[in-house]
Amino acid sequence: MSMEKIVCDKADLIENSGVCALVQDEQIAIFYLPGTGNEVFAISNWDPIGQANVLSRGIVGDLQGEIVVASPLYKQHFSLTTGKCLEDESASVKIYPVSLINDKVVIQ
Amino acid sequence: MKELNVVVVGNGMVGHHFVDQLVLSSIPSIITVIGAETRPAYDRVHLSEVFAGKEPKDLALSTREYYEEKGVRAIFGDAVVDIDRANKCVATQSGRTFSYDKLVLATGSYPFVPPIKGSERKQCLTYRTIDDLGEIKSHAKHSKKGVVVGGGLLGLECANALQNLGLETHVVEFAPGLMGVQLDEGGSQMLRRKIEALGVTVHTQKATTLIDDQSDETALRMHFADDTHLDTDMIVFSAGIRPYDQLARKADLEVGERGGIVIDYHCRTSDSDIFAIGECALYGNMIYGLVAPGYRMAEVAVQQFSDLEEKPSFKGADMSTKLKLLGVDVGSIGDAHGRTAGAITYVFSDEKAETYKRIIVSEDGKRLLGAVLVGDCSDYDTLLQYFLNEIELPASPESMILPNVDGGAPALGAAALPMTATICSCHNVSKGDIFAAIDGGCCSVGDVKGETKAATGCGGCAALLKNVVDDEMEARGLTVDKSICEHFPYTREELYHLVRVGGIRSFDALISEHGKGLGCDICKPTAASIFASAWNDYILESSHVGLQDTNDTFLANMQKDGTYSVVPRIAGGEIKPEQLIAIGQVAQKYKLYTKITGGQRVDLFGARLNQLPDIWKELIDAGLETGHAYGKSVRTVKSCVGSTWCRYGVQDSVGTAIDIENRYKGLRSPHKLKFAVSGCTRECAEAQSKDVGVIATENGWNLYVCGNGGMKPRHADLFATDLDTETLIKYIDRFLMFYIKTADRLQRTSVWMDNLEGGLDYLKEVIIEDSLGIAEELENQMSQTVSTYQCEWKTTISNEEKLKRFRQFVNSKEEDNNVIFVEDRGQIRPASEDEKTKLIAKSA
Repeated sequence: MSMEKIVCDKADLIENSGVCALVQDEQIAIFYLPGTGNEVFAISNWDPIGQANVLSRGIVGDLQGEIVVASPLYKQHFSLTTGKCLEDESASVKIYPVSLINDKVVIQ
Repeated sequence: MKELNVVVVGNGMVGHHFVDQLVLSSIPSIITVIGAETRPAYDRVHLSEVFAGKEPKDLALSTREYYEEKGVRAIFGDAVVDIDRANKCVATQSGRTFSYDKLVLATGSYPFVPPIKGSERKQCLTYRTIDDLGEIKSHAKHSKKGVVVGGGLLGLECANALQNLGLETHVVEFAPGLMGVQLDEGGSQMLRRKIEALGVTVHTQKATTLIDDQSDETALRMHFADDTHLDTDMIVFSAGIRPYDQLARKADLEVGERGGIVIDYHCRTSDSDIFAIGECALYGNMIYGLVAPGYRMAEVAVQQFSDLEEKPSFKGADMSTKLKLLGVDVGSIGDAHGRTAGAITYVFSDEKAETYKRIIVSEDGKRLLGAVLVGDCSDYDTLLQYFLNEIELPASPESMILPNVDGGAPALGAAALPMTATICSCHNVSKGDIFAAIDGGCCSVGDVKGETKAATGCGGCAALLKNVVDDEMEARGLTVDKSICEHFPYTREELYHLVRVGGIRSFDALISEHGKGLGCDICKPTAASIFASAWNDYILESSHVGLQDTNDTFLANMQKDGTYSVVPRIAGGEIKPEQLIAIGQVAQKYKLYTKITGGQRVDLFGARLNQLPDIWKELIDAGLETGHAYGKSVRTVKSCVGSTWCRYGVQDSVGTAIDIENRYKGLRSPHKLKFAVSGCTRECAEAQSKDVGVIATENGWNLYVCGNGGMKPRHADLFATDLDTETLIKYIDRFLMFYIKTADRLQRTSVWMDNLEGGLDYLKEVIIEDSLGIAEELENQMSQTVSTYQCEWKTTISNEEKLKRFRQFVNSKEEDNNVIFVEDRGQIRPASEDEKTKLIAKSA
C-alpha cells in the first residue's frame, strides 16, 4: 500500500486491546494502547505459527520493555513495533505504519 | 540368562510387592502367584477405612488384569497345601501342581485366637481380611455392644471400626496397659485416658476364661479369671498374629520355636531354592509385623535372582511407628521402654492438654535411644531422624520434648541430616533421593512428591520433606522466584490478598499501586480472574475487557482455525426435550459441528466471531444460558440418574447436582473446576475423578476433593462422610473459596493440595474444624458471589456497545476468507492446508 488510508474511527478501537480491519484484502490488527508512545499499532492479523487470522484477539502488554501481543492460539509474543516473534526468530509478522489523525485511524 | 520359573505362594501386600518388583526388574522370569484369598492383593493396613466409607475395591493393590498384562499367571482362591522339595513343585487344594526353580513363601500370618472355651461361637470373629470385615459388618447390624479382645495396635484399629459401626465398644486386654509393645506405662495410661474420653471402655488385666450365653440381654457373656464378667453381643479377637508356617513345617523347613520360617539375611530358608518374606518369616528370631520391613524383604529376595555380584541383604528393620488410633496421635521410636543399660529418661506429661512425651537417651546423653509420644506427634519426625542417624543431641536433651515456651529447641535443620537419612519410610525415599530429584529438575515440594512419591503414603513426613526441599533449593541459590511475571513481584495468592484488602477493582489501579510496566498475558488474565472471584463484576466492563483471554473476551472457546465453539449450560446433564431441540435447531441453522461433551453437555463448533451474538440470542430465547466453558471457572456437575429412576440409587443425585451447579455457576477460579454427584456407591458419575465429588450414602453424602482427570489423573481423597445436604454445601463453599484465595495461577486443586503443608489433614482442619477461624468469612464471600451471578451472554446481547466487539472487521461486513470448512461424516470440519489450496485453485 502506498497511499494513506483512513480505516476506521478512533471510537472503533478498544483501549488496551485490538480490533481487525480489512484493507485491500489484507487483514490488519490494530491495537490501541493509550499512554504509550505511538498509542496505535498495526500488524498483520495472520498468526504465522497458529496459521489463522487471530492476532487482533490477543492480549497486549510489554515484555522487557518491548510492546507485544500474545497469540490467542499458542501464546507466542509478537512485537508490535518490529513484528518479530520473541520465541521464534524465524517467525515474524508484517507491520504497518499507523497514526491517529483527528480521531481517525490512518494507515500509510 | 535363562528364564527363571518363580512360584510365589501368597498374594498379600508383601507377596504382591515381590511380584511387582520382579516384573519391574530386568530378571528374565516366568512368574506364578497363588493366593488362597479369592481377590488379588489389597491394602491391609487401611482395612478399617472400609468402615469409614471406603469400598473394598479402593484398597486393591492389584487386579487380575494387571497381572495378565504383565504376563504373570495368577491363581486366586486356591491354597497351596504341599511342597515337594525333591521334585521342586507345589500342589494346591484343588489338586493342581506347579513346578518351580525358585519358590517364594509369602504366606503372611493369621490372627491369634486364645484357646478359650466358647471362642468358636458364631458371634466370635477375627479382624484380618476383607471377608472378616463383611462378617463384622453383618453381625454389627444385630448388635448393640461389641468387645475387642486385644489392646494392641490392631485391636485399637478394630475398636475404631466397631465404634464407626455404632456399637458400644469395649476393649479387653490381658496385659496391664494398652499397646504394651510400643508404649511405656505412662504413655499407655495417657492413651487409655484419651480413648475412654472418646467413649471406648477399656478393661485391662483381664484374662478371659469362658464365653457362654448366660446373659439375659445380650448374646454372649465373657467370664474373666478374677470372677468378673462382661456381657456383649459380639467379640472380635485381635490379640496378635501368628505366622502361617504350616506349609513350611510340613515340608520340613526350619521354623522358629514360637513359629515363623527361619531365613538368613538373603531371605533364604533352610532350602536354598526356597525363600520366605513378610510376616511368615523369622529373621534374627524376630517376626516383622509391619509392612515396610516386609517390602524390604521382598526387594532383597528379588535381587537374589539377579546377576549382581554383591547381592543386597536384609539387616532387620526399624520398628518405629507413628499412627492415629481412634483419632489419637501415637508415636513409638526404638527402645520405648528404656531397657538399654544405663539409659536416662526424660518425661513431659501435660494432663490438661492430655499429651505425654518421653525420650530415652544414652548414658553419655549424646544419642537418642527411644521415644514415646501420645496425643501430640509433632516431634516424631525430628526425634526419628536423631534416632536413625545417631545425630548428637543438644546439651540438654529435654529441650527436645519440652513445650516451646521461649523459642524452645530449634527444629532439626534439614542440612544436619546425612544423605542416607530416610525421609519417607512408606516409599523408602532418602534425603539423597530427594537431592537427585532436584538435580533432575524438580523445583518445588509438589514436583518432588510427584517424582519420588515421598509424603504420598501416610503423609507423616510432609513437613520434613518441605524442610529438606526448601533448604536445598536455598543452598543451591535456586530460591524459586514466585513472582507471577515481570510486572508484579507477587504470587497469585499475594495479589488476591492485595486486591481484597485494598478494594482494588481495576488493573490500572493494581499495576500502578503494586506493579510496573503495561502487564502481559500472564498477569492480566490472572488479575481478571481475581477481580471476578473477589467482586464478580461483569467481565466485559471496559476496564476489564483487555485483560481477558480471547475465550473470555468473546465468551466462547477459540478453535485452531480462529472460529469458536459454543456450550450452553445443561445443569447436572438434565435437559428438556424442547431445549435439546432448540440447540439442534441452532446448530442446524448455523451449520455447526455438534458433539456431546464429557461433562454431559452439547458443544457446537465452527461459529464465526460475528455469528456468536445471533447464536446466543436464539439459545437464550429458548431458555438456555451460558455454560462458562470458556472460563477458568466452574464447568459442569456431572450426575448419574440417582434414586429418582435407578433401582440402586439411594439419594437424588440429579437434584443435588443441579443445585450445586446452579450455586457455583460462573464462579471464576485459578483453574477450571469440575464436579460430579453419584447417587450410590456404584459411582456412575465418576465423582472420584473430580475437583469436588459427591457420592450418596444411605445416610447422606460422602464428599471427595482434589481429584482430576487429564494428563496426570489423580483420585480424589475422601474428605468427609455421611453429610447432610446443608453441611455438604457449607464445606464445598469453604473449600472452593479457600482454594480461590490461596492457589497459584493455573493450579488445579490436586496440585494445590499437594503443596499445602500438611496436605489433606490440614485442609480438613481448615474446612471442617475451622482451625484458621475463617470459615464464616469464606462462606460470606461465597454467598456474595452466588448472589451476584449473571449470565454474561444475556448481559452482552442487550448491550449494543459490547456487541460491536463481535465484528470480524471494524470497517467491512466481509468474513474471514481463511475459514474454510469441508464435510466429514455429514458434518463440517476445518479444511486442512492441502484442502484449502485445492479449493482455492478450483474456485479461481
